[in-house]
Amino acid sequence: MVDKKSIILLCLVAIIAIAPMIMYGGLGEDEGYFGGADGAAGDAIEETGYQPWFNSIWEPPSGEIESLFFSIQAAIGAIIIGYVFGYYQGQDKERKRQEGE
Amino acid sequence: MHIMEGFLPWQWCLFWYMVAIPVVAYGIIQIKKITNEHPESKPLLAVSGAFVFVLSSLKLPSVTGSCSHPTGNGLGAILFGPAVASVLGAIVLVFQALLLAHGGLTTLGANIFSMGIVGPLAAWLIYKGVIRVGWAPSMGIFLAAVAGNWLTYVTTATQLSLAFPLPTFGEAFVKFMLIFAYTQIPLAIAEGLLTVVIFDYILKLRPDILEKLKVITPKDKNLNEAV
Repeated sequence: MVDKKSIILLCLVAIIAIAPMIMYGGLGEDEGYFGGADGAAGDAIEETGYQPWFNSIWEPPSGEIESLFFSIQAAIGAIIIGYVFGYYQGQDKERKRQEGE
Repeated sequence: MHIMEGFLPWQWCLFWYMVAIPVVAYGIIQIKKITNEHPESKPLLAVSGAFVFVLSSLKLPSVTGSCSHPTGNGLGAILFGPAVASVLGAIVLVFQALLLAHGGLTTLGANIFSMGIVGPLAAWLIYKGVIRVGWAPSMGIFLAAVAGNWLTYVTTATQLSLAFPLPTFGEAFVKFMLIFAYTQIPLAIAEGLLTVVIFDYILKLRPDILEKLKVITPKDKNLNEAV
C-alpha cells in the first residue's frame, strides 16, 4: 500500500521541516525567530505609517484556542482524505478479488 | 500569504473582490458541470478540498527562520482546473478569516486572488505544459505544485507592493519578496513532494477517474502499472 517512493518523499519533507529548527537551534520567538511571515508583512506595512482600518470581527482569545482551530482544520481535511482513500483501497481489493475468482 | 484584516486600503479590497468574484462564480459552475458529467469524481473533489485544508493548516519553519505554510492549491487545479481550485481556496480562506483571524473579510478578495487564482492557474498551466513535453506525470505534479505555492506568495508580495509602493514600487517589492518569497522556497518544495505522494496514490487506486478528467492519458496509466 505504501511504496518506497512515498516514504522517501515524506522523509524529504520531514528533513525540510526539521532543518531550520536545527539551524536555529535554541533560538525562539523571543529572539525573533519562527514568527509568521504574514505577521512580518503586517509589521512592515505598519512601519510605513499605515493604520489598519478594519479589525477581525473575532479573534481566537489565546494561542491555545488558535491551535485548537488549526487542529480542527487539519482534522477535517485528514478525515476526508482518509475516508476516501480507505474506500478506494477497499474497492480496489474487492475488484482484484473478483478478478481472481 | 494571508494579507491581514484591514491591511489593504479599501479601494484595493474592492478591486481584488471584483477580480475574484467572477472566477469563484465560474468555478462553482464548473464544479456543477464536472460533477454532473463525472459523478464518480466527487470523492476526488472532496480530497482536493481536504488537501487544501490540511496543508494550509501546517505552519512550517523555513530556513530563513520564519514560519509560513503550504497552500495545497496545486492538486485541485491539476485535477479539476484552476477555477475549481479557486472555490476550494475560497472556502478555506473564509474558514481561516472567521475562526482564526488569519487573513480577513476585507482582504478576502486579494487572498483568493493569490492563493485561489494565480497559484492554481500557474500550477495548471505548468502541468499541462510538462505533459505536452512528454515528461512523467509525477514530474509535472511536482513542478506544478511548487509553482502554485511559490507564485501564491509572489502574488501577495506584488499586491502589497502595489498598495504600499513606499518609497517606490520596486523597493517595496524587494522588501515584501524578502519576507514572503524567500521564506517560501523550501516550503514550496515540501508542498511539491506532498502533492506527488497524494497524486501517486490516486493514480494507483483510481487511474480511471484521472483519465476521465483528462489529467492523464491511457499511456501514463500503463506506465504506472509497469513500475
